Amino acid sequence: MKLSAQNYIAGGGLIDRRSLLSGSISFLAAGTIARVSSASEDSTTIADAYPAWSRTLGNSDSPYGRPSHREANVVRKLQLPAAPENSGSTAWLTPIESMHGAITPNGLHFGSHHFGVPDVDPATHELMIHGLVDKPLKFTVEHLLRYPMVSHIRFLECSGNTALNALAPFAGGESCQDLYGLVSCAEWVGVKVSDLLNEAGLKKQALWVIAEGADGGSHARSIPLSKMTDDAIIAFYQNGEKLRAEQGYPMRLLLPGWEGNTSVKYLHRLEISDRPAYTAHESGLYTEQLASGRIEGFSFPMDVKSVITHPSAGHVLDEKGFYEISGLAWSGYGSISSVEVSADEGKTWATASLHNPVNDKALTRFSIPWQWNGKSTILLSRATDDRGRSQPTRKFWKQKYTSPTFNHYNAIQPWHVDSSGRLTNVFI
Amino acid sequence: MSLSELTRHILFLSTLLIASNANAEVMSANLGTPLTFAEIERFSISVYPDGENLPEGQGTAEEGKMLYRQRCAMCHGKSGTEGPSHRLAGSVGLFSIWDPLRIKRIMETNGLLVMSTGQQWPYATTVFDFVRRAMPHTAPKSLTSNQVYALTAYILYLNDLIIENEVISRINLPGVEMPAAKRFEEASRQE
Repeated sequence: MKLSAQNYIAGGGLIDRRSLLSGSISFLAAGTIARVSSASEDSTTIADAYPAWSRTLGNSDSPYGRPSHREANVVRKLQLPAAPENSGSTAWLTPIESMHGAITPNGLHFGSHHFGVPDVDPATHELMIHGLVDKPLKFTVEHLLRYPMVSHIRFLECSGNTALNALAPFAGGESCQDLYGLVSCAEWVGVKVSDLLNEAGLKKQALWVIAEGADGGSHARSIPLSKMTDDAIIAFYQNGEKLRAEQGYPMRLLLPGWEGNTSVKYLHRLEISDRPAYTAHESGLYTEQLASGRIEGFSFPMDVKSVITHPSAGHVLDEKGFYEISGLAWSGYGSISSVEVSADEGKTWATASLHNPVNDKALTRFSIPWQWNGKSTILLSRATDDRGRSQPTRKFWKQKYTSPTFNHYNAIQPWHVDSSGRLTNVFI
Repeated sequence: MSLSELTRHILFLSTLLIASNANAEVMSANLGTPLTFAEIERFSISVYPDGENLPEGQGTAEEGKMLYRQRCAMCHGKSGTEGPSHRLAGSVGLFSIWDPLRIKRIMETNGLLVMSTGQQWPYATTVFDFVRRAMPHTAPKSLTSNQVYALTAYILYLNDLIIENEVISRINLPGVEMPAAKRFEEASRQE
């Protein structure tokens, strides 16, 4: 590829996408392949030229499709094993640096479990709505599935995603999956919570809803009523199929943009109240220690955040030359309005392209062409949402909190590229 | 637009309005079944900071001690500070910035475990609520109300918040002041 000075829009080799489109960059022909056709003889067939899979009948399909066996290494990774020392919590990290687009396949969606994965029978499972309502009601799963369904493409992020960057004093050998695997995005289909609350009839003192699951620990969170009547749904389907057990089968609460722990799985009970219950998780694990010495709870929205997934920590660039820098951006407050990328350690920035559709509170793919000169550098991305919120530096984020706070980390991520092409996590 | 066209439009629009009104009635599924008082009672386990919904029963730390050793110590440690699971007592979680071993402690500690229940949770009622619904980890909901009161008392006692033979019940549990209550605040960034 030949590049002239005017093709670059920022330092470190970031290329103006329009110059690629307009064809002002010339690609050298990869060498012409000369094939001398020998005079054909009766004993030869065309088979010799083809690989094995083009010369045999293929395998049969199966009732439920599976990923190619050649992609067997693209799997989730266990962050904390289910052991007492991990408080019974297990977390499975999405391999976001091996995926593309913005939708997470169901088998790769991250999972976080505090009381294991229950086997809930939809034939007997019920949803109860009671408390400050005119008519306390219960609903079978069968009946709930008859209500009008709405569809939302929304991200789900554990509030502890990227906790290692918040906690660790030094950056180490973490991969992108280790750091960013607790965010995923899916199309969720379900019933509007407001439809059910209207049916039960809210009393005027109603201000909070205690949402409780049917798992062993009866996981519960207090949710402001305003969120429940705004965009909360009870999801039954994820990317077209019924929820996986790991995601709350047969139904879960889905609170778009809010910390994942509030999207209560195996939803069993909605208790309408005039105040929060201060459940265990909202009193402890899902709070933050502020630098002022205060403890902050009920910090629901996941703030604007982005990460370059291609290339990212764990990847190695084979050689200098052309690469597309690509990543994901999201905000719990709204939609992504822009992502800037730097390929020269933050000295200069260029605006990346956002890939459609740019959905509200959903993962949004961004990309920008890049010519790597083979020298050591640092790649960064910085997202801004439609509320004008932008990402802080790590130093700035750390100023707000005190150790051991690790929730709601959303600082700008630097990836160091060394001259051999290896990418690692760094703090700058 | 002629008068007759206009009339036609108005007629058409009013037909639409009638149709959508009719739809609105049809759209309301109304498939919920009334809950009985008994059904609500059975599943109403949320306990509030002011003690609302705490059941009858009572217990002391002295009574809770034996139960704790049998059912809890293997995960939370003998005195609620050793782990391996969530620390129940002590301020070990708040690494002081004047602590010379601060970095070492942070590096050696699982981030999930550094804060203790006694230091972090703002209300004592949450201890009762959580032990009743979720503990012991492998047999949740298997304890009687008296056992839960006794264990709650023992955890509060481990944090020096009550004395060993104080009888804890729905009457006085909400009055036990947790150190975090003064520090706790609701986040302002809720949209």
